[in-house]
Amino acid sequence: MLYRENGQFKSTYASDQQMLPILQDRVFMLGLVAFAFLVVPFVVSDYVFLSLVIPFLILALAALGLNLLVGYCGQISIGHAAFMAVGAYAAYNLALRVPQLNFLVVLVLAGLIAAAVGMVFGIPSLRIKGLYLAVATLAAQFFMDWLFARVKWFTNYAHSGSVQTAPLDLFGWVVDTPARKYLFLLSILIVFTLIAKNLVRGHIGRAWMAMRDMDVAAEVIGIRPVYAKLTAFAISSFFVGVAGALWGFVHLGSWEPLAFNLTLSLNLLFMVIIGGMGSLLGSYFGAAFIVILPIVLNQVPAFLGVPISTSMASHLEFMIFGALIVFFLIVEPHGLARLWAIGKEKLRLWPFPH
Amino acid sequence: MIRQNGPFLALCAVLLVGLILPLATGATAVGFYVEVLLGGLMAGVLYSLVALGFALIFKASGVFNFAQGAMVLFAALAVARLAESMPLWAAIVISIAIMIVLAWLIERLVLRPLVNQEAIALFMATLGVTFFIDGLGQTIWGSDIYAIELGIPKEPVMVLQGLFQGGILVNKEDFVAAVVAAALVVGLALFFQKTPTGRALRAVADDHQAAQSIGIPLNRMWVIVWSVAGIVALVAGVIWGSKLGVQFSLSQVALKALPVVILGGFTSVPGAIIGGLIIGVGEKMAEVFLGPVLVRAFDLAGGGIENWFAFMLALLFLLVRPQGLFGEKHIDRV
Amino acid sequence: MSTPLYDEARRVQEARAAAGRPPIGDVVLAVENVSLSFGGVRALQDVSFSVREHEVRAIIGPNGAGKSSMLNVINGVYHPQAGTIRVLGRTTHDMKPHEAALLGVARTFQNLALFKGMSVLDNILTGRNLRMHSSILAQALRIGPALKEEIAHREVVEGIIDFLEIQAYRKTAVGQLPYGLQKRVDLARALAMEPKVLLLDEPMAGMNMEEKQDMCRFILDINDQFGTTIVLIEHDMSVVMDISDRVVVLDYGAKIGDGTPDEVRANQAVIDAYLGVSH
Repeated sequence: MLYRENGQFKSTYASDQQMLPILQDRVFMLGLVAFAFLVVPFVVSDYVFLSLVIPFLILALAALGLNLLVGYCGQISIGHAAFMAVGAYAAYNLALRVPQLNFLVVLVLAGLIAAAVGMVFGIPSLRIKGLYLAVATLAAQFFMDWLFARVKWFTNYAHSGSVQTAPLDLFGWVVDTPARKYLFLLSILIVFTLIAKNLVRGHIGRAWMAMRDMDVAAEVIGIRPVYAKLTAFAISSFFVGVAGALWGFVHLGSWEPLAFNLTLSLNLLFMVIIGGMGSLLGSYFGAAFIVILPIVLNQVPAFLGVPISTSMASHLEFMIFGALIVFFLIVEPHGLARLWAIGKEKLRLWPFPH
Repeated sequence: MIRQNGPFLALCAVLLVGLILPLATGATAVGFYVEVLLGGLMAGVLYSLVALGFALIFKASGVFNFAQGAMVLFAALAVARLAESMPLWAAIVISIAIMIVLAWLIERLVLRPLVNQEAIALFMATLGVTFFIDGLGQTIWGSDIYAIELGIPKEPVMVLQGLFQGGILVNKEDFVAAVVAAALVVGLALFFQKTPTGRALRAVADDHQAAQSIGIPLNRMWVIVWSVAGIVALVAGVIWGSKLGVQFSLSQVALKALPVVILGGFTSVPGAIIGGLIIGVGEKMAEVFLGPVLVRAFDLAGGGIENWFAFMLALLFLLVRPQGLFGEKHIDRV
Repeated sequence: MSTPLYDEARRVQEARAAAGRPPIGDVVLAVENVSLSFGGVRALQDVSFSVREHEVRAIIGPNGAGKSSMLNVINGVYHPQAGTIRVLGRTTHDMKPHEAALLGVARTFQNLALFKGMSVLDNILTGRNLRMHSSILAQALRIGPALKEEIAHREVVEGIIDFLEIQAYRKTAVGQLPYGLQKRVDLARALAMEPKVLLLDEPMAGMNMEEKQDMCRFILDINDQFGTTIVLIEHDMSVVMDISDRVVVLDYGAKIGDGTPDEVRANQAVIDAYLGVSH
């Protein structure tokens, strides 16, 4: 009854094409953003910030990037954590060797470097697709793993191979408390979400989706496959590179090369699959799911009075992940986002049956 | 015409990797070179064993089974742990039964519901199966390092002392592995070519619907092929586990079998073998001869070339010859 | 002067003038000695014909005659082993499909190649992609030129939607539409490219009488209003006779007839092919 579009007529194309055409959605979204900025920093504990919210925000950004490539453009990548690593190490080296740069500039530059590398490793997608492309992206993963572990320049010749970062200083506002980290990351995530939404609404987004749905037909109507695929890789890697830099600087503080390994790549892919391929909202759902599940698995057995060791919990986590992937692929290949959309549809009718 | 080119290309690849690479980077001691070559061949045989499982499943059901590595680990864990309380042969027999049950479960719960989906959805489902089997294996059997005692002496043997100065170190275990792998390949080739079930499996791989229309029971075929792949995984797991110890990293190492099938061609059993040998030799050569060169040139912290060499080689093949050495070229009809 | 070709051209022009349609111009598409095989299968054998500007050219023939392959060769999806295509000023034998699109050749598909993950509106908008040039940055921020471009092209697409009478379905996912409407969306997407040459692959397959009449009307309107040259593959003979200016007949990959509908109808070889007389 509340969620009805009756009476909301659009008289210009611009208003019809806006991001949130339904008034209730706009109100809800603005309320959510206001709540996130004004209420959350004061009511959430530091522990929850550090263990749940901050990883969620950064992984949501990475999932957003991966979704653009896998969900919207239909190109599989199981090595995307490699580009997070590129972003992280690029940011580290820029911050180290050009200390005058403001961190926001470093972030953008790191993203651009990751975009360039992503584009290079996207070149195979011009000749191969599907499973073959998946294996090619593994090459990126293992090569980057090796590169950052062995080429000492990247870690500034550190003995242990790990790097350390200092808290960020943005025009005097130091990002050291969890609440500040949260606000910083939230702002970045919102900006990037808007960018992603605009790209998906624009002609590049349609080109990507056309390539995904039927690449031969897409070429026939004039979409250049090279341009579509490489821009998908580049922009996706830009998002993911920025996420990697944030992961290293804001979340981890210090990291070793294996922080961006195959497991992280697969986790990103799972976020996209479970959350919903081809849906920006789905990236958020998927990230939330992946972040919350280990915590739940740790707490629930203790809750029920059945204690399990942490290693057992991590094995169970693996099993549940695997089972859920298969479950979602069978039952709802469009993931949690589709379930959400179905819920909204029902909400439009509520309380009437039809 | 493509099939005629395959063996020639294979020969070129082997020559390139086996001869030119070490010569280009300065291999002077021939004896040492032969040792590395043999070591590479032996490692390659192990890769081939895992790749065989991939190729089998793809050949017969068109599914690219990312979970093959996890199956290797699972089977190895089963054998290792069961052998702690019963004779080895009994452990192996029970593990075979377990793998068959696993195959049946995978077919029933994962493959059948996804039967009409695109290949990429099936691949991602096998990703899920990988995680599940990894977790299951470690939940049931534990996550320590376990040993498998095959009863083969582990000390290397010095051979051909007359031919090469100082002789060449050969590992008896590796030798046994090579023989077993060869026997398995011959057995499987015969199975596919000569038996009615093998022919039925090839028909299924070619065209599911056509095979069904002549009365081949699709589901049973898939259970058979996944069981066979499971048994191959078991053999690979036992041999590899006895050599390296059964541990979680086994399933990661098995990932390397992916480049092997790319090199060999997804649908080719001989391709899996030759691809495995090429990757095994290439890796070892790159690590031993190319590695020090790179370390000196770029001031690297250690080698580790073999972590990515196989995948880069596969990438090269994907750009130049996606169907691999012996695979079939895929034509997109509009 | 009175040669067979001149007589034929004059007859066609008179028929069109009588119907009030624009006159036919010069050759815009020429297929010259094209041969195409897949492995051992000969799809096309030394086929040559021409298509003139503003005309409606039908390609007919029994099943498996190579008609779809012919269209695929014209817009670069298949590359012939022999022969060339001369289209809109360019002579080629290995053109890529998007190059054909840039030249001004559009097509619809026999089995519908719609983008199932998008709405009707978005599907048709993809047809405008080759005319949308705003940069990635402008699109990301959706400012100035990107926004204006989106709205301008949306207007063009709405015009096409009005033209093909599918206004009620513009936000529906294409997968949910009935077959006849999906065919119209396919056509709309091709029209959105503002093509000079439109290749239609069995546009009326699977339609009932009323839908066929609608589609005929649309095709003739496209030819009249936009002056688009139309090459269509069609099985329904009454449609072919009614709306086409000239007809090419293929059988087993070879051309067995070429002329006005009346001439082709009287051609013995064509009759034999359709009746299945062995030769």
